Amino acid sequence: MEQLIIAAIITIIIGFFSVYALTPIVIKALEKRNVTVIDVNKKEKTLVARPGGLSIIVGVISSLIALYFFFPVVEILAIAITSGLAFLVGIIDDRKTMGGWFKPLALAFCAIPIILLGAYDSNLDFPLFGSVKIPMLYLALIVFMIPITGNTFNSIDVLNGVVSGVSTIAGFALSISLFILNNYEMAIACLLLAFISLAFYKYHKFPSKIFPGDSGALVFGAMYGAIAIVGHVEVIAAVIILPAIINSFLFLSSVKKIVEHRQIKNPISHTEDWKLKSTNENHTPITLVRLLVARMPLSEKQIGFEIFKLSIFSGILGIITAFLMGVELS
Amino acid sequence: MNASIFGFIFTMWILILLGGGLLVLFIGPISFAASVDIDPLLNSGIKVFIALFLIFVWVFILTKIKNWIFKKHVNV
Repeated sequence: MEQLIIAAIITIIIGFFSVYALTPIVIKALEKRNVTVIDVNKKEKTLVARPGGLSIIVGVISSLIALYFFFPVVEILAIAITSGLAFLVGIIDDRKTMGGWFKPLALAFCAIPIILLGAYDSNLDFPLFGSVKIPMLYLALIVFMIPITGNTFNSIDVLNGVVSGVSTIAGFALSISLFILNNYEMAIACLLLAFISLAFYKYHKFPSKIFPGDSGALVFGAMYGAIAIVGHVEVIAAVIILPAIINSFLFLSSVKKIVEHRQIKNPISHTEDWKLKSTNENHTPITLVRLLVARMPLSEKQIGFEIFKLSIFSGILGIITAFLMGVELS
Repeated sequence: MNASIFGFIFTMWILILLGGGLLVLFIGPISFAASVDIDPLLNSGIKVFIALFLIFVWVFILTKIKNWIFKKHVNV
């Protein structure tokens, strides 16, 4: 237990402070090279540095390498390699907006190291009812899981601070769940995700100084998905990110095809006092943000906090699910 | 304020728990091999098909709830 605590403290310090210290440097470097985008939800049309994925991946890889020195298990390597590959996919998409199918397909390849390293268990555990053994089907699940979590985190990256905030909440909730299930190494890996997201949130929160971009959001999503698979907590992980899944579900059920979210009409417009409101235009997708402002316009900050409340609620449901894993009805 | 969205999340959670139960208790143990001479791979394929059908039903239910929530919000 003492080694676990020391490993947790040291790796969290490495992860948190590398992102905390590196992000301002990345912001300056991006601003100097005019690698900025307009923050469309600001009246002043502020320019914000993008992408911030570099500082996130440095934090992820450095802290996971440190964790590997304490616990040399393939699961940690699998998380690091998958996250690193997701960063490469994201950085390609940041530099040149690719088609809607690029990210899901490329992220499916990011899941291959998990299979090659054998860092998975083909039993799928469900709360209350036990587990099902699905050796062949589980391989397909791994290949699907990383694109799903990657794109789910990416699609929630719509407002200042939202994706890093959701990732922080989800990271802490999944980490608590892993502690409940006595999977301590993966719980620490998940704590790293939570603290790295928190460090980035410092600069990403409203009003943002930097956007994570695809490279940042995909790293959050892929790392989360990889932890879910190697930590053997797939169902709990899905429950914890239900607000983000709802966002993707709403989007897909409205658009009815896989497209890059930047290619569709914005379902949100602005009021005179620059609050966000649902657009009156037909054929624009129903997203989580549109659902939140359907009744009345809200400020960007208010919407962010509403999404955080939903994330905390689903995080609690996830932790309850972890407790239910130990209970069997039959 | 957004009680219906919290309700939507809660409904999804219940559907996940119920879906897990159906998978573990009913679909998982199904075996056609006892009554018919069937390839184990085909046996698994049929189970996957049933699971996919269940997912379709789940998505259909959630789409209906989503439309109901959105219309309710817009009409307020």
